[in-house]
Amino acid sequence: MRHLFAFTALAALLVAAPLTAKAADEFTLTIKDHKFSPAELKVPANKRVTITVINSDPTPEEFESESLKVEKIIAGNAKATVRIGPLKPGRYGFFGEFHEDTAKGVVIAE
Amino acid sequence: MLGALVIVFREVLEAGLIIGIVMAATRGVEGRGRWVAIGVGAGILGAAIVAAFAGVIAEAFEGIGQELFNAGVLGAAVVMLMWHNAWMARHGREIAMEMKQIGSAVSEGARPLTALAVVVGLAVLREGSEVVLFLYGIFAQGTSGLSLLTGGLLGILAGAAFTGLTYAGLLAIPQRYIFAVTSWLIALLAAGMAAQSAQFLYAAGVINHLGETVWDTSWLLTEKSLFGQLMHTLVGYVAQPTALQVVAYVAALAAMFVLMRIARYRPQARPVEA
Ligand SMILES: [Cu+2]
Repeated sequence: MRHLFAFTALAALLVAAPLTAKAADEFTLTIKDHKFSPAELKVPANKRVTITVINSDPTPEEFESESLKVEKIIAGNAKATVRIGPLKPGRYGFFGEFHEDTAKGVVIAE
Repeated sequence: MLGALVIVFREVLEAGLIIGIVMAATRGVEGRGRWVAIGVGAGILGAAIVAAFAGVIAEAFEGIGQELFNAGVLGAAVVMLMWHNAWMARHGREIAMEMKQIGSAVSEGARPLTALAVVVGLAVLREGSEVVLFLYGIFAQGTSGLSLLTGGLLGILAGAAFTGLTYAGLLAIPQRYIFAVTSWLIALLAAGMAAQSAQFLYAAGVINHLGETVWDTSWLLTEKSLFGQLMHTLVGYVAQPTALQVVAYVAALAAMFVLMRIARYRPQARPVEA
């Protein structure tokens, strides 16, 4: 059973590997004290982009954006991957739904 | 406090609208209250479990577990709603006729009831896990979170009240139209869910096409406003939809109509004695 498990994990890794390798455009956002940093994130336009969101707060947060079409919960002291784009050049607002008054940011595609 | 109220209200509203429609759609069918209650109970339990394992779910499958989970929950709800509508297209007339005298249709009525109970459960599961996480976050912040907690609880109450309003509003529709109206509502509801589900698959990288935004009507109506939220849940309104969302929406609606037609035509091909 354990072998089967390891084999499945390996197979999953092999399948996932090209996916990860393809995503050259990776960015990081950090949540700390219910604020995003950087609050302005520049990404290339017309490309799929991967953003790793690191939540350094102990409480969960929901990364949300109508224009980026993202809705993702990040547990406290955890990180999550968000895939966005391809985006036309422009500004795209996002926010942390659980702390909307402080957790705000914008993705700038150019 | 107001912020907490709004967030929780929004989540409860989404699930509540679905519950209200389900209650209206099963009007006159015996045992529906029990089934809906089971759905709500299972949904809340599931939501608590999902919230507890949020981190694990998110990290599963190379960080796309949450998207796959959401896509799966929504997809399952779409299938259940289609099943219900097809079943209703076939038996709705009998049920309407036999509504007062509890006949064979009622025992048969238990079948779409399970489907709808599942839909209610899935809706509560999805929206509820957000509420549970949010309230947990408030708890974790300690005493300063007390007014937030009050807001959250008021949000739940307001959402529940809205569910009642939806139900009451639908009840105002004359009995003989109620099946037609709720069938439409359920078809649009399912189409909206299908679009959302497809978008989660796109976010997960399972689907990699049709990601371009087709139009932007956020100047007219954003999904964040109360009316926008209503339209989002009820008919799947999205201010900036992708081509994928539009395709999924239209495809789900078309599939629903084809299914209902097939379901409706069969009794004519093979007449059932009344
Ligand atoms: Cu929600």
